[in-house]
Amino acid sequence: MYDFAFHRPTTVRQAAGLLARNPEAKLLAGGHSLLPVMKQRLASPSALIDLSLVEGLAGVEQKGRSIVIGAMTRHADVANSRVLQEVMPGLAMVPASIGDPQVRNRGTIGGSLANNDPNADYPAAVLGLGATIITNKRRIAADDFFTGLFSTALEEGEIITKVSFPIAKKAAYEKFKHPASGFALVGVFVSKRGSEIRVAVTGAGANGVFRVKSFEDALKKRFAAKSLEGMSIPATGLNSDIHGSAEYRAHLVGVLARRAVAKATA
Amino acid sequence: MSATGIGAAVRRKEDIRFVTGRGQYTDDIARPGETRAVFVRSPHARARIRQVDVSAAKNMPGVVDVLTGRQLAADKIGNLICGWMIHSKDGSPMKMAPHPALAAETVNFVGDPVAVVIAETVAQARDAAERVKVDYEVLPAVVDPAKARSGPQIHAVAPGNTIYEWALGDSKAVDAAFAAARHVTRLDIINNRLIPNAIEPRAALAEYDAGTDRLTLWNTSQNPHVARLVISAFVGLAPEHKLRVIAPDVGGGFGSKIFIYPEEVVCLWAARKLRRPVKWTAERSESFLADAHGRDHVTHAELALDAHGKILALRVKTIANLGAYMSTFSSSVPTYLYATLMSGQYDIPHIYCEVDAVYTNTVPVDAYRGAGRPEATFVVERLVEVAAREMGIDPAELRERNFIKSFPHQTPVIMTYDAGDYHASLKKAMELADVKGFNKRKRESARRGKLRGLGYSTYIEACGIAPSRAVGSLGCGVGLWESAEVRVNPTGTVEVLTGTHAHGQGHETTFAQLVSERLGIPIENVSVVHGDTDKVQFGMGTYGSRSAAVGMSALVKAIDKVIDKAKKVAAHMLEASEGDIEFKDGKFTVAGTDKSAAWGEVALNAYIAHKFAGQDLEPGLKETAFYDPTNFTFPAGCHICEVEVDAETGKTEIVNWTAVDDFGTVVNPMIVEGQVHGGIAQGVGQALLEGAVYDNNGQLVTGSLMDYTMPRAYDLPSFKVGLTETKSPSNPLGIKGCGEAGAIAAPAAVINAITDAIGSEDVSMPATAATVWAALQRVQPARRAAA
Repeated sequence: MYDFAFHRPTTVRQAAGLLARNPEAKLLAGGHSLLPVMKQRLASPSALIDLSLVEGLAGVEQKGRSIVIGAMTRHADVANSRVLQEVMPGLAMVPASIGDPQVRNRGTIGGSLANNDPNADYPAAVLGLGATIITNKRRIAADDFFTGLFSTALEEGEIITKVSFPIAKKAAYEKFKHPASGFALVGVFVSKRGSEIRVAVTGAGANGVFRVKSFEDALKKRFAAKSLEGMSIPATGLNSDIHGSAEYRAHLVGVLARRAVAKATA
Repeated sequence: MSATGIGAAVRRKEDIRFVTGRGQYTDDIARPGETRAVFVRSPHARARIRQVDVSAAKNMPGVVDVLTGRQLAADKIGNLICGWMIHSKDGSPMKMAPHPALAAETVNFVGDPVAVVIAETVAQARDAAERVKVDYEVLPAVVDPAKARSGPQIHAVAPGNTIYEWALGDSKAVDAAFAAARHVTRLDIINNRLIPNAIEPRAALAEYDAGTDRLTLWNTSQNPHVARLVISAFVGLAPEHKLRVIAPDVGGGFGSKIFIYPEEVVCLWAARKLRRPVKWTAERSESFLADAHGRDHVTHAELALDAHGKILALRVKTIANLGAYMSTFSSSVPTYLYATLMSGQYDIPHIYCEVDAVYTNTVPVDAYRGAGRPEATFVVERLVEVAAREMGIDPAELRERNFIKSFPHQTPVIMTYDAGDYHASLKKAMELADVKGFNKRKRESARRGKLRGLGYSTYIEACGIAPSRAVGSLGCGVGLWESAEVRVNPTGTVEVLTGTHAHGQGHETTFAQLVSERLGIPIENVSVVHGDTDKVQFGMGTYGSRSAAVGMSALVKAIDKVIDKAKKVAAHMLEASEGDIEFKDGKFTVAGTDKSAAWGEVALNAYIAHKFAGQDLEPGLKETAFYDPTNFTFPAGCHICEVEVDAETGKTEIVNWTAVDDFGTVVNPMIVEGQVHGGIAQGVGQALLEGAVYDNNGQLVTGSLMDYTMPRAYDLPSFKVGLTETKSPSNPLGIKGCGEAGAIAAPAAVINAITDAIGSEDVSMPATAATVWAALQRVQPARRAAA
């Protein structure tokens, strides 16, 4: 790890100010992606701006027909949220599947989304529910937020403060874990909210999370696992590595989508 | 059996220290004025070093010095060596290439150390290491052992990258048996390359005392005396009496800490050169790049059988990848620790095994838990299982028909099995595993859309390594006896000094159990000392499941000597003749009388020497013994693995595991069970999860735990563990050894179960979900066509 300055602002405004003054700085949310690459000397931010003391950034609450989760809410707290378990347990499945207890007790939803690791779990839920990312500057729709591998619509100096998830009656996440890292080799989030059906896939796409239109169309006829029988997606544009070929990932997308729908309709 | 004697499940004495964080590992030891070393390693699999420019690095803050391979050569520091000579079929000796501790002319694998930065802190050393400029001329590399022959030549001494072309057995007899066979089973097998990953990374701390001109090395070694011998006699850093090697608490080895590595040599060299203590502790990612890997065989094997399933002959051809240099015992692993076990538990009249060892541009490969025997077991147990399926004979039945049933049994591949009952362990395992109920369970799985399979592995291993004369005749450069010293203190407490080394095995408990039983003293009154060449007499260390079978045998001899001497002291005390003294339960009695002396009184009298004249009986009570075993020991058993495969994803879940092992005498059943559990976990790791992958340029793709899958608790079921017992006739306690059994037995059991479940033999290790799914895709069209 190289030397860096360490800041602990207590308001989003202070954090944004620090970020503006230190263009090489990085926000520290959970640190589970950032700190390892710093230790490996692959990243060398001039400063870390730790968001853990910023007030009002953590918590899960129901606001009307949405669940609003603060950016600094730890995965464990989302997974164990009573209100979420009641109104949309399918979303709680996502943080519950991340890493191990140590990771879940440090990692945050905001950190995960801002990083947009192509194998991360939260992007599938955000895209799979059509959530809204709320920053210190604006609101960004999920469909506009993820712009590619480790890349998002966030601009310089922009800080995620909250994520608002519309409550879907039916929602579930099915994940096939990468055997070594525990990330999603493939993860599929499905939801049905009124007539809006979403199927979002993480882990498989070479450009990160994506929706599967053909599955969504099939599910519009009837939201049941049977509607996806025999369906998969083309392997082109999918990741291929020692842990799974593109063909295998394409196949898993179909299998996991059926299982997720079965879970959501159980 | 006493409450703390042989056979008692005594809680491990050392665990209080370990679980409360009071262990003293190499990295915990700090010496005044200590500096830290960071190695500059090659990023290329093969390159010529044009120039190493250390000037910028030397000027970095906190840097004490930067040393290179050229300086090492100029100081005439010798090469690392491989200590087991193997001769090729044509009689020529193995082609051992020079292995300098720091590369000076060429680098031959990613991670090959080129220079070392010594600085006041690790961070400063790391900063400076980035400033060392190495000008490489990158050369083409070869990583696949099957392609090594036609790859670029790595070392001048080894044309075709061939280290040896070795064979064991009678090829003509094997050919004749195959010609007469009714059935031949053929398999192509890759035994996947593994990365050890002991929980404590390797470390070394070297200190030079100018006053006595002595070097001290603290390191993570399984065999500190052997390290001292090699570093002294071959590397030439200091004569043995000027070099002290201390292996303090060591957190796991699995073989990877047997070997003498470049880093400890460099730390010693630098400590004397700079007159400052030098410490190096590997980072985990460095361990991936610089610890000896295991396995890595490419094999074609054939089994000949008659119409009744009786095995007639076995033919094996293996290419073994030894990596870029020959590590300390690498040559022996795919030869005398492999081909000699090819008979398995079976009466096989003829065996021929050819092994070609090759260099590749990868980390050196050497012994890893089981060392050769897991590879042999995998070949034999896969062949037998597949033969049974092909011939329509129940796999357990085919094994039964071929089991060796009388002992001693001379195999055609050197070994003489001295005791065993293979039928007993198979039968007991089948009962524990409820093999009878398997078909019902399989139908139940099928209802849930799962494919269920059952696989056997009736393994054998050769442990208790080893009779010195025998291994000497096979090329081993050292003897493999063991030593023990028993020091009785005047108050009757006992210190045991053993030449073995514990790095997780629990010797502080098991060795004390033996003393407690034999001397009739409380186990708390016994301490076990190991791992320090200044304290302990020469010993050979711990590997190959040898410490109980060989190390405790030496201890038996030393205890016997102590008792003999103590009887003499007691005779003087009790004014009786020595022949009338009986020793039982810690008490010396004059036979037929009520005259007695307690253990503590005799110990005290031995030292105060008031009751006898020093001329006819020396004062003191301390004895040393060296024990050289008369044979290997042959632990054997039966493991049965039951799996459920998710046909949609290819994911395998191990749903039942039964292990019935014959380890001979069991000293501590709790510790033995732990060894079995750990061994199975490592074997399951190899079968389902682990596999080192290099890309074609020699970059290690599985260079961290993010890509290299170690087994986790959730990958394993609860094990059903049982024992059978035939005592080893080759050592006084009848012990066979248990440290490697699980790792040896498990891979074949897992793959036999998966292949049974999916109906295809075409599954390689690690059988990840993706691998099994791909195998299912290949088999399903064939099935559909057949239907």
